[in-house]
Amino acid sequence: MLPGIYRWIHILAGVMWIGLLYYFNFVQVAALKAAQADSTAAGITKHVAPRALLFFRWAAVATWLAGAALLGAHFVPAFTFQAGWEKIGMGAWLGTIMLINVWALIWPNQKKILGLVQASDQEKNKARRVAFLTSRVNTMLSIPMLFFMVAQSHIGT
Amino acid sequence: MKNPLDSLWGTVIAGLILTGILYYVVKSLIGG
Repeated sequence: MLPGIYRWIHILAGVMWIGLLYYFNFVQVAALKAAQADSTAAGITKHVAPRALLFFRWAAVATWLAGAALLGAHFVPAFTFQAGWEKIGMGAWLGTIMLINVWALIWPNQKKILGLVQASDQEKNKARRVAFLTSRVNTMLSIPMLFFMVAQSHIGT
Repeated sequence: MKNPLDSLWGTVIAGLILTGILYYVVKSLIGG
């Protein structure tokens, strides 16, 4: 019963995390560019982005914790690629790198961009580039990550 | 050279290529 609940939470939170990641990359980046051209960007940066980032970063934590709980005693075998755990191990490593990217790179830089912490214009420009590229890296990593999450039980090698 | 991650399609294609590479990494770990 408990593993089923962990799996359920893992998928629910994962949909929210990766859904918002795809929203940022597939929708918001282009929308902001267009909004800046007609001076309506504040609607996104003030009202949408902070809320999206709140759910995004905490969904990332919930996804990882539920995934770790789901692995349970297989946590170490998965992360050390022991026999039978190679595929989910790869997915788990990719997800872990993505979680670290969210909290160590995306969120601290977004705080500067959104004005939640003080930063000079030069620091903001640098933060924009770092947050953007890290978000793109996570989008790239999400593709193999989801493949290996599914591969453990559904795809042979 | 332009960074492929600057474009959305570049990011998706890089992800697909990475999936292929990691597939063979895992396959070699399994010993297949």
